[in-house]
Amino acid sequence: MRIVDDALIGRIFREESGRSVATLIRIFGDIDLAEDAVQEAFAIALRKWPIEGLPPNPGGWITTTARNRAIDHLRREVRGRELRLQVIEGAEETSGVEAGPMQDDRLRLIFTCCHPALSSEAQVALTLRLLGGLTTAEVARAFLVAGPTMAKRIVRAKHKIKAAHIPYRVPSEAELPERLRPVLAVLYLTYNAGTRGPAGDGLRQEAIRLARAIASLMPDEAEVAGLLALLLLTESRWAARFTADGSLVLLRDQDRAVWDRTLIHEGQAIVRACLRRNRPGPYQIQAAINAVHSDATSIEATDWSQVLALYDQLLVISPTPVVALNRAIALGEVRGPHAALALLDDLDLDDYHLFHAARADFLRRLGRPDDAARAYARAAALATSDAERAFLLSRMGMTPSAS
Amino acid sequence: MPRYLLSTHSADGQIREPMTDEQMAKAWEPIRALEAEMKSAGAWVFSGRLHDADTATVVRESGGEVVTTDGPFVEAKEHLAGFYIIEAADLDAALGWASKVTRTISAPIEVWPFADTAGD
Repeated sequence: MRIVDDALIGRIFREESGRSVATLIRIFGDIDLAEDAVQEAFAIALRKWPIEGLPPNPGGWITTTARNRAIDHLRREVRGRELRLQVIEGAEETSGVEAGPMQDDRLRLIFTCCHPALSSEAQVALTLRLLGGLTTAEVARAFLVAGPTMAKRIVRAKHKIKAAHIPYRVPSEAELPERLRPVLAVLYLTYNAGTRGPAGDGLRQEAIRLARAIASLMPDEAEVAGLLALLLLTESRWAARFTADGSLVLLRDQDRAVWDRTLIHEGQAIVRACLRRNRPGPYQIQAAINAVHSDATSIEATDWSQVLALYDQLLVISPTPVVALNRAIALGEVRGPHAALALLDDLDLDDYHLFHAARADFLRRLGRPDDAARAYARAAALATSDAERAFLLSRMGMTPSAS
Repeated sequence: MPRYLLSTHSADGQIREPMTDEQMAKAWEPIRALEAEMKSAGAWVFSGRLHDADTATVVRESGGEVVTTDGPFVEAKEHLAGFYIIEAADLDAALGWASKVTRTISAPIEVWPFADTAGD
């Protein structure tokens, strides 16, 4: 028999709480009530499950228990006020909620959390808190913000949802393109927050889990599939990205045997489906670029002209300096460092460490070690994580005659 | 049903080319049409356009007496220039009306929920 300990229940909480909170918000129309009730249900689970064993459907058990707790609260709180009684009666008819179309509730909730009337910081924080089951302290740590600041941000966002009547529903077809954009951005931001800091694994898994859920709920949205594929393919290389002492390993130097083939296959299958659908968007193209890398047995064996063609396409859709930088790097592999360096000179990215890292690499290959060392130093000074800084400094040291 | 204030602001000392009566009538046409649309949808509660900020007067209580002074209370570069009060099912519906207003008058619109809406 499976041992039911706090760690297992914690894992179940991560996976199920978002669904339960979303369902309770639909039933009661109150975020705080829903959150408190789900917390309570888990506190009960922590007491009961280690003794009685796991219920057959833990998620359904949590939702039902939380719903009953919420009804108790409302009863005690208002005693006889008719309006509330109607809510209670309505809620009582929802027994067996666990069998209903609960997935739609999570979809509703993410569109509420990512409503454009909320700041992007608030969108991410609310999504992780309500759908991801993270505590406020965990969300604060993930975004390097003080706990009380994050708590205030979340309280303010929840207040705005209530006061301004931000709706709890999936937007109409016509609104969808505009409304989906912040949702995808929040998931991408969450994944990226998970690439730094010790709590990273959980955040990356959370981003992938939510992307998976949304992709299965909105199978017609090509960009949702594209984002999921991008996250899966990026994640497939995770184990190869760092040395034992935590320093960064470039794509060209990674041990490709360590790449996660299961994630690669899943990601590539999604990319192929996107190509067949032929409704390209920025996430799908980035996923396709990653799929090309995943196919290659080495950096030399990479189909760089394919990568370059995809970056050409991406640059048309999102003409940002960062995309132009990545395109220049691909061009460097096809036409050599000289052509690439000329492209970099036109980019306004002086504050971006990867711009200087790319310049340094081209300068090194052109046999200009002193210029390369200076560029590595500048990149290291601007780096955003210790792993990147350690890597860039080691590169600088490897450049001969650096002074 | 929730109520919202849709407000627009104008910058101080913004000098506009004087319009002929004919131009004025033409400029107002789409605004009137939009207001008619709001009314027939049951969204319109009240609306108004304000004179410039230097026509405003402030009264305030000070030491038990009420003092009257010139000018708007808030010293700012921009002042309230006009507003709609509408009823809408939720924020998205209010934002829908706000989008139509901003397209019509080519100025940004602030959307504020009322705190004392019945049924809140």
